[in-house]
Amino acid sequence: MAWYVDRAARVLVFVGGISAIVFIIGIFVFITKEGLDFVLGPLSLGEFFTSIAWRPTSNNPTYGALALIVGTASVTGFAMLFSVPLSLGAALFIAEFATGRTRETLKILVEMLAAIPSVVWGFVGMSIMNPLIIQVFDVPLGLGVLNAGLILGLMAAPIMTTIAEDALKAVPDTYREAAEALGATRWEVIVKVVIPASRNGLLAAVLLGVGRGFGETMAVLMASGHAINLPTSVFDSVRALTATIASELGDTVTGGAHWGSLFTLGILLFVVTFLINLTADIVVRGIRKK
Amino acid sequence: MKQIAQRVVPFVALGVLACGGGGDRNQRAVIQNRGSDTLLNVAQAWAEAYAAVNADVAVAVTGGGSGTGISAMINGTVDIANASRKMRESEIELARENGVEPIEFIVGYDALAVYLHEDNPIEGLSVAQLKGIYGEGGTITQWSDLGVSVPGCDSDEIVLVSRQNNSGTYVYFKETVLGDDAEYKLGSRDMHGSKDVVDLVENTPCAIGYSGLAYATEHVGMPCVTVEEGGDCVEPTIATAVDGSYPIARPLMMYTAGQPQGAVKDYMDWILSAEGQCVILERGYAPYTEMECA
Repeated sequence: MAWYVDRAARVLVFVGGISAIVFIIGIFVFITKEGLDFVLGPLSLGEFFTSIAWRPTSNNPTYGALALIVGTASVTGFAMLFSVPLSLGAALFIAEFATGRTRETLKILVEMLAAIPSVVWGFVGMSIMNPLIIQVFDVPLGLGVLNAGLILGLMAAPIMTTIAEDALKAVPDTYREAAEALGATRWEVIVKVVIPASRNGLLAAVLLGVGRGFGETMAVLMASGHAINLPTSVFDSVRALTATIASELGDTVTGGAHWGSLFTLGILLFVVTFLINLTADIVVRGIRKK
Repeated sequence: MKQIAQRVVPFVALGVLACGGGGDRNQRAVIQNRGSDTLLNVAQAWAEAYAAVNADVAVAVTGGGSGTGISAMINGTVDIANASRKMRESEIELARENGVEPIEFIVGYDALAVYLHEDNPIEGLSVAQLKGIYGEGGTITQWSDLGVSVPGCDSDEIVLVSRQNNSGTYVYFKETVLGDDAEYKLGSRDMHGSKDVVDLVENTPCAIGYSGLAYATEHVGMPCVTVEEGGDCVEPTIATAVDGSYPIARPLMMYTAGQPQGAVKDYMDWILSAEGQCVILERGYAPYTEMECA
């Protein structure tokens, strides 16, 4: 009897283990299959990457995704610009300075931040940040790179903080003790010993944050203004790849060119996030080998 | 997300209904009705009111947009498709290939109002001006180009608010105001719903938007529209939509799969009767013909 249970449990664990791989291959095959007709047919790569004219439902459809790519990149870039220092700072404080109850409370709060649904963040962007930006900077509309970037930065901060903190904690205490024994100040211990030793983990944290930002949809859709536009200032409205798919897929005739073009955006997103996560993974592996 | 919920929930409800009704001798007929978000509120109101008229028929209403309803009609999975734009020739062909002959019924009209911030002093716009504001190559980009200065809009920039490119509203406004082969200017804020357009315009002094009259609030301005320079300026109201004088009022359609028969015919007849048409009037749309309602 116990033999069967043992066997069943083993099969169950095995299925669970490979399911992630099955799913990721399945998703990739699915979006490629849906997008393939379009990629081999009406798509012109030159137009796709250099034109901003995204007019898939026009009588003379054009599929320029440049503005969408720039939109996603600018919002994610701006988010990282302020979110990376913030998250790494928070991780340093939690891992190296805070003790006892402060530390536990902070950890719980950071994790709670990660649990806020993205549509709520989008709502904050639309109804709190928008009027605030209009008032403070005296611009006609507060939906744009600045708004979406701030929201996205706050959304990506918890994952970066948590992983960076783990990386800092993974540095053995013997390192710190050795440095202190040599007369290093606390500042020197952190800057010259702990950070260099956890460099790879910190980089992985940042890359995962970037991946999170890249894939975020709802909050960006609501806070970015959703306008096809090459931004020239942080107040300009932009449109993200993810938001375009979310907004347009619902009304599209299945299998048509518009449908295929949206899946092509999906392939692009998938490839980019896959590369980011793969890089993060390789970097983390590097840390383990040392 | 809302769209997904709208699509899934009625399916679940339907499943329960189908199972529950299985043992009944007098099985309830179920009419599948899907499509336009513009018509969704009205279609749901019709379905609810019809339950009191004929308890043997249940109408399952789902939204998702005109495109969704029309694709469902082509695939033969609905009895009635709601649409705020006409089916294209190519779509009708596709449906015929699948053995479905779509029959069109105009069930009402929707005036597309132009929305402005309540502080905006503009009282009337011509179709040509709207084209200059929204159309690609149009030269009107600042409020001063229209000879006004808008309080609270120091930058003078016209903030364009539009719709996502597959909404029936987007298509109709383009065809009627910009012309068949014209394009919208790039860079408009493309909202995902009629109400979102009005909300954004309400809070943005520099903005202009367009949306169904049914979504009007007390805190937005709705200029009258002239067809030609110097012509009469017509206010967007239900009355001007019915008599056809308002230039951007569009017909709202229902398509049935083939000439309606049985329960579907009764339902369509009821929708086009005074009783059904007063329901659409209550929801802020114009009946397909003038009606006396209490």
